Formats: sequence, C-alpha cells, structure tokens
Amino acid sequence: MDKAKIYVKVEAEFTTDGTLRPQCIIWEDGRRFEIDKITDCRRAASLKAGGAGLRYTCMISGSPHYLFYEENYKWFVEDK
Amino acid sequence: MERTILHSDCNAFYASVEMLHRPEMKGKPLAVGGDPEARHGIVLTANYPAKRLGVKTGMALWQAKQVCPDIVFVPPRMDLYLRFSRLAHEIYADYTDLQEPFGVDESWLDVTDSTSYKGDGLKIAEEISRRIKFELGITVSIGVSWNKIFAKLGSDYKKPDAITVINKENYKNIVWSLPVSDLLYVGRATEKKLKLWGIHTIGELAQADPSLLQRQLGKMGLILHLFANGDDQTPVSKEDYRAPIKSIGNSTTTPRDLVNDEDVRIIVYVLAESVATRLRENNFKCRVVEISVRDNELSSYSKQRKIELPTDITSEIAEAAMELFHQSYHWNKPIRSIGVRACDLVDALIPVQLNLFISEERRQRLHQMDLAVDQIRKRFGFSSVQRGLMYQDKLLSAVNAKEDHTVHPHGYFENGNRTGVEYLG
Repeated sequence: MDKAKIYVKVEAEFTTDGTLRPQCIIWEDGRRFEIDKITDCRRAASLKAGGAGLRYTCMISGSPHYLFYEENYKWFVEDK
Repeated sequence: MERTILHSDCNAFYASVEMLHRPEMKGKPLAVGGDPEARHGIVLTANYPAKRLGVKTGMALWQAKQVCPDIVFVPPRMDLYLRFSRLAHEIYADYTDLQEPFGVDESWLDVTDSTSYKGDGLKIAEEISRRIKFELGITVSIGVSWNKIFAKLGSDYKKPDAITVINKENYKNIVWSLPVSDLLYVGRATEKKLKLWGIHTIGELAQADPSLLQRQLGKMGLILHLFANGDDQTPVSKEDYRAPIKSIGNSTTTPRDLVNDEDVRIIVYVLAESVATRLRENNFKCRVVEISVRDNELSSYSKQRKIELPTDITSEIAEAAMELFHQSYHWNKPIRSIGVRACDLVDALIPVQLNLFISEERRQRLHQMDLAVDQIRKRFGFSSVQRGLMYQDKLLSAVNAKEDHTVHPHGYFENGNRTGVEYLG
C-alpha cells in the first residue's frame, strides 16, 4: 500500500496576534518548499490521507497545496 | 412556543474515526474491539460493511471472526475518539449553548433560539451534517422534533448519514408504527409486560389508558405514555452543566485471571488508588465502599458496606474492599474482573464525630501521604511512585485504572424527572 498521508517538518510563525502561520515545508530528503501565500485556512477532513484538522491552502511555486495541522500537533500533506 | 430539538448521533462512531484514519480500509469490514491479548475481547463498534455481514456490538471477537472471516480488528484509541467528540461539540456550539451529550457520540441540541436567523430545524440539521462530514470526515444521523424523545427516535430512524424530521403532521406515521422497545426506558421487562396487554407499538402505548399504565407500571407508566405522545417536557441541559457526582468507581478486566487473594489485593489496590485519587480531586469523602466481582464464567455480584468514618484514604478504601471480598468470595472459580466504587459521598470538609478507638493522628498521616503521592504523580507520571505490593506481579499492576476509565452515557433522569408528568391530571 502506498502511503497517502505524509507527515512533514514545518517551519511556522506565531504572530503577535496569536495566528499560526506555516512558512516552509521540509521534505524527508531535506528539500525545502517555501510557502508563498496562504489562501485559505479552515477545519477540514482529508479523506484521501485519512485525518482531520486545520487545513491550510498553501501556494507553493504557483500551485495550491493542502497542508493539514492535526489535532495531535503534527503536520501532514496528502501524497500526490 | 414549540421547541426545535435536534438529536445528533455519530454513525458507528469509533469505527468511523478509525476508517477515516485508514483510507486503505475503504469498503472493507472493520471493528474496533478490545485488545485480544489483554482479553477485553468484544466488538465495541463495527463499521457498516461489517454490520451488513452480521457483526454486532458486544460480540466476542472470535464470534465476529466467524460471521465475517475477513474482518480487521483494531484496538480502541479512546483519546482519539474523545478528540473527535470534542470537535463535534465545537460545531454544535455554533448553533446553541443548550447541548447535552448522551455518551461520547450522541448529543441533544435545543436550537429553538437559532431558528429565527439560521432557518428551521431541518436547515440547521443539514448544515451541521454537512459541516461534520467536511470538517471531521465522519457522518451523523440527525433527528429533528419538538421533544427530546422523538428527536432521538428520529436519529435512529434512518442511518447512516440521514436526517429525519418528526413533526406534528407525520409523527403518527413515523413514531407510532415503531416497536415499543425503541422507546427510551422500555427495556426487556417492561416490553414483556406491555406485550401482555397487547401493546406492541409506540402508537398502541400512546393510545392506551394512562390510568391502566399507572396501575401496572407506577409513575413510569405515565412517563412512558407521555413519551409516546410527544409530550415530554425534559429540557436540554446547558453544555457546561455537570451533573452532581453520586459515586466514583473503577473496574477492570484483568490481563490474566486472578487465582488467589494476593492477585486480588494487587488489583483492588490499583483500583482503590484511582478511586481515592478522584475522591480527593473532587473534594469528596465516601461513607460506603462497594466491590463488584465477576468470575471467569461471567457470573457476577456486588457487595457494599458502610465504613466507620468518611474517608478518601487509599488504604482504608482498599482494606474495606478486601474485607468485603474475603466475606463474600470463596474461590470456587478464578476471577476475571473486579470493580471498586466509593458511594454515599460527602463533602471532604464535613465535620465528623471522632472515634476514641481510631487514631485520627494516624489517619491524618495517611491522608498527607496520599496527597504527597498525588503530587508526585502529577509531576512525574502515574508510575513514578508505586506501592511495594505492585512489584509482586508487574503484569497485573500495569493496569492503569485511572486513565483507562471509560465514558458511559448518563441516565435520562440523572438531573431529576423533568418530563412534566406531575402536571398531568
């Protein structure tokens, strides 16, 4: 079975008003993906990866990607 | 004004949360069940593919395997389910502060005050259903009605992922044709009695002569009559309402059968520690200690006794429990599970009549010691400090009763009878 849920390392910022903003996703092999912009943030489930939490829609190199912040304080992405 | 009450029931809750986290299991039978190694071997919840093949809640794991050989068992992850339960409550809270949980997976919501700007009950139910599906990835069945009883029947009426509205126009068609045993508080005994008088459906109950029901079933007869007619007035409690605690207890199915007093002593102390800690946390002392014992052929009994002075001291509760055990059990069979419960609770600061023959100084010291242990455990974890007794058998003493205790649905009348029965003729 290929794993659709990939936990990733994330660099994030806590702003002074208490917002949590992910800034960069770091892949297992060390590659860094800077998040250019967050276009949406809402509670959502991922049926594909299997999980639920806060879903950030992140613009990375011009295309949107979902990044989930699970209730157990882990970040995951859906495998393409 | 007529109320708008929703009853929302998460379908096959534990199994659905597991299915969400295991997309590869899609369409395959799965059951959440106790760890067969630890012998808590029953199905807690089965998903719909498993249910279709005949797997039912409460079945032993081996029975489930018989009707459904391909079934996958997964051990329960209570913390995960409680997290999802909390998320569901957060969604409900957007519609009302009158939300009353009934177990971890069901809630009543009184949305009367939201209807003026969110739309009618059906509309709110649709919105909640859609949000739960989108945000949590699980489904709910919702019943909409003007009273709690019919709302609950509505959520049971069509599953999964469905909404049933029961209003004054259609309730006779929907509710009255249901078997009377679907009604809350019609258990096997009541059902049998009702059958004797030719009452098989809720409709027949609703049309029965209330004075006959009262003669035969007492006040409960009147209450059931009221339930069946949709006249139940019981309000939905506020979300932060905590029912007063009446007793504190813990029980456990042990990792292996208990065969002698020493085994029982270990488990009783584990349970008593948990019970006494919770008494202290909640500022209670108890005046009655109760034990329940189940042997390996599953016959069980419980016994209780009053104790000399109100207490929250671990060793006093444990010794009272052991004494009860010695008096009542004769080791005809090994034991499978044991429970310890503290009842008749009083405020911890209640003045007591001192007893000349019991050293209050010693009790004070024991109490201080328990508090010290509570502190240590709070800071360094439960297993950071243990009784020497626990080293007699590491397997048995590994049972962590305090953190394992489960969530049970509360009784419908826990907050008193608020059905409005007393206003009847």
